[in-house]
Amino acid sequence: MPSLKDLRNRIASVKATQKITKAMQMVAAAKLRRAQTAAEAARPYAERMSSVLGNLASGITVGPETPRLLAGTGSDRVHLLIVCTAERGLCGAFNSSIARLARDHATRLMAEGKTVKIICVGKKGYDILRRQFAQQIIELIDLRSVRQLGFEQGDMIAQKVLARFEAGEFDVATLFYSRFRSVIAQIPTAQQIIPAQIEATGTSSDAVYDYEPEEGEILTTLLPRNLTVQIFRALLENAASEQGARMSAMDNATRNAGEMIKKQTMTYNRSRQAMITKELIEIISGAEAL
Amino acid sequence: MATFNFELVSPERVLFSGDVDAVVLPATEGDMTVLAGHAPTMTALKTGFLVITNTPGNGRRILVRGGFADINQNGLTVLAERALPAEELTQEILDHEILQAEMAYDATNEPAAKHAAESAVAQLREAKAALNF
Repeated sequence: MPSLKDLRNRIASVKATQKITKAMQMVAAAKLRRAQTAAEAARPYAERMSSVLGNLASGITVGPETPRLLAGTGSDRVHLLIVCTAERGLCGAFNSSIARLARDHATRLMAEGKTVKIICVGKKGYDILRRQFAQQIIELIDLRSVRQLGFEQGDMIAQKVLARFEAGEFDVATLFYSRFRSVIAQIPTAQQIIPAQIEATGTSSDAVYDYEPEEGEILTTLLPRNLTVQIFRALLENAASEQGARMSAMDNATRNAGEMIKKQTMTYNRSRQAMITKELIEIISGAEAL
Repeated sequence: MATFNFELVSPERVLFSGDVDAVVLPATEGDMTVLAGHAPTMTALKTGFLVITNTPGNGRRILVRGGFADINQNGLTVLAERALPAEELTQEILDHEILQAEMAYDATNEPAAKHAAESAVAQLREAKAALNF
């Protein structure tokens, strides 16, 4: 049976924790609004980009001239997984669910006898995956110093990936991130980015296009840019998802702390009452004995 | 005058969406004006000013750096890698852009990329002169 002082201390400490989680929730809510607008503003660009690319690619027959970013290297032996997670924890299952998706993917590929290489964007994913895939992780990209995600970060990562692709280090690249659906729903997603996935549009394929400069030349500049856009978009979606996940995790924590305080206060009051009753009984029985 | 639908999107936001009379694009092969009923065309863009005209004699200028324009029967879509409306431009932003372009020029050895970076620097300098900084 803890003493009254112990209970008082415990209640005070839970109250302090509750204040912190409450503050974190509010901070996450404020950040979420910004991240969400950024993610939603980036969507039109990425969508137009893939529809333009779709238009362009549907008019092209795959041949030896086709850029390798679109046609692939012709094999799928080496896979690169780009795992985007957060730099910070305390955001519920956000980091671990992305990492789990990537891990399942990696183990499946390895069981098939493929070589797997991993690039981690964000420290948390690295911490989780390091235990199992220490040999496979080839790079950790740290975005902790970045305050406001910009196109430059997407470009930086894309350049690194492209350089490795040019050097023939891998055949297929898959991007792992969490798509932001709403504050309570973030969907861990795997998206293949090399070779580019083209969705068939089929709507305007009958129109004859003029190309300036040549079709192939446009395609060679458009494909790397598409990569950058997709990565940038993943980063933004991730940022919004992270804040959403943190907000609901902290909301839960605050509520749990509230419940705990209620329970502890109840126990505290009960034992105080019991003590008083006990003292009264002692006095009364003492008086009766006389 | 016939109008057509025009959209200008950069990775960060949608800068313009609506009906316009004419748009002048800084295409890689030379500036081109797009009017309603233009043939379906896809073109790459270089650094330069894009001019939007909604009413005759009234243009809005936006500095774009690289990107693509897609003209089809639904209208014109410009995907700009970077887009800055002229009214938001300041000397610091332009100086920063020029510095970046110069760095891109120094960083590459490919003739094509070198040429592109060189023309970007020239365009940005011109823009700076045009805005009287």
